[in-house]
Amino acid sequence: MNKLAMTEDDLQAWVDGALPEARRGDVEEYLAAHPDETERLRAYQAQKQALKALFQPVLNEPLPERLQVLATQPVAVDPKKRPIFERWSLQRIAAGLLVAVVSGAAGWLGHAQYQGADRQAQVMPLPRQAAVAHVVFSPDVRRPVEVSAAQEDQLVAWLSKRLGTPVRPPKLAAIGYELIGGRLLPGNSGPVAQFMYHDASGQRLTLYVTTENATNRDTGFRFAKEGPVNVFYWIDGQFGYALSAGIDKSELARVATAVYDQLEHK
Amino acid sequence: MDNAALLAEIPRLRRYARAMLGNRAAADDLVQDTLERAWARCALWRAGSDLRAWLFSIMHNLRVDQLRRPSLPTHSIDEDDFEVPTRATQNDRLEVRDLESALRQLPDEQREVLLLVALEELSYAEVADALGIPIGTVMSRLARGRERLRLLMEERPHGANLRIVR
Repeated sequence: MNKLAMTEDDLQAWVDGALPEARRGDVEEYLAAHPDETERLRAYQAQKQALKALFQPVLNEPLPERLQVLATQPVAVDPKKRPIFERWSLQRIAAGLLVAVVSGAAGWLGHAQYQGADRQAQVMPLPRQAAVAHVVFSPDVRRPVEVSAAQEDQLVAWLSKRLGTPVRPPKLAAIGYELIGGRLLPGNSGPVAQFMYHDASGQRLTLYVTTENATNRDTGFRFAKEGPVNVFYWIDGQFGYALSAGIDKSELARVATAVYDQLEHK
Repeated sequence: MDNAALLAEIPRLRRYARAMLGNRAAADDLVQDTLERAWARCALWRAGSDLRAWLFSIMHNLRVDQLRRPSLPTHSIDEDDFEVPTRATQNDRLEVRDLESALRQLPDEQREVLLLVALEELSYAEVADALGIPIGTVMSRLARGRERLRLLMEERPHGANLRIVR
């Protein structure tokens, strides 16, 4: 009956509601005469609905920070946006300086490491581990942490799960340091956690937390200087803590005391 | 390029990438690469033209590049720790899983067209533009993709119920 020049394109367009008004009548007439075709096209429509339902939740997921950053802060220079340009220039200079500092630190640490070449199989002492982790991650401009402070609950849950015991970043806002976030790192024999903080000037400080000290006795505060990095560390039961930063000893001691107090009174 | 406009497009880019790749981490990597390339080429974007279609075309080209040089697929172990419940808690969960796995079985070129049309609701012309293919090719890939997906869902042998309507 319907000898309309009906094409598959028309039928697909009908499914998507993309047919011109004039053509829709023709297609509907055709479909009325071809129930099996109607069934096929209905299946396509159902498919479309099902696909939307399946992936709809992605739209409501919180955006990962690494993507959010890319929307609000161009990586490349946009000549129309002077302030951003200038900010980036400063950041680049800072990054350059930090690369120099890290290279120096890595060289220094590497040098020390080679002196003990015959004992390479030995585990790295806590302050050394923490200092290395500090110089590796704290200069990272774009991705200093794996999970940011905005998702502190997730960070705490994740690190606690991986370390096998509750760990929580101390709150240092009262003494001027704000949590950036944290990450999981390999220690001597298992996972360790690193929390990163910064002050208003951007000075970064990391707290390294291990749970590998089952056999060690508790210690009081100890201080170590690892190249340009100052480290305060102490062992408390199975936990080893090390606070590292490129700031002077007295300022670091002030922060370490605050951390210690919080951890003692948790 | 407007920051707010770009920010508004990210959820859709993520949704499409997730549907295309099936893996959250890989999808977000692709979105990140897309945004980086978009910024690098923002001079090429004409204000007033369709930002969404432009971003999809960048993503498509990146994906073509990726497929040309296959690398070791990596997967971050802790992905599941952060998985907010993403799927609708409907009782046809199994069916939903089926749809996802059936979608994986489509050839890339068909899945891409199908998702841009069905999920992202781009017009056929926009799809042709984003993918750099003629509109006739869009239509034939769409028809084949839909039919294949339908057959996969019905678990019938391929081609058993194909009908050419010309």
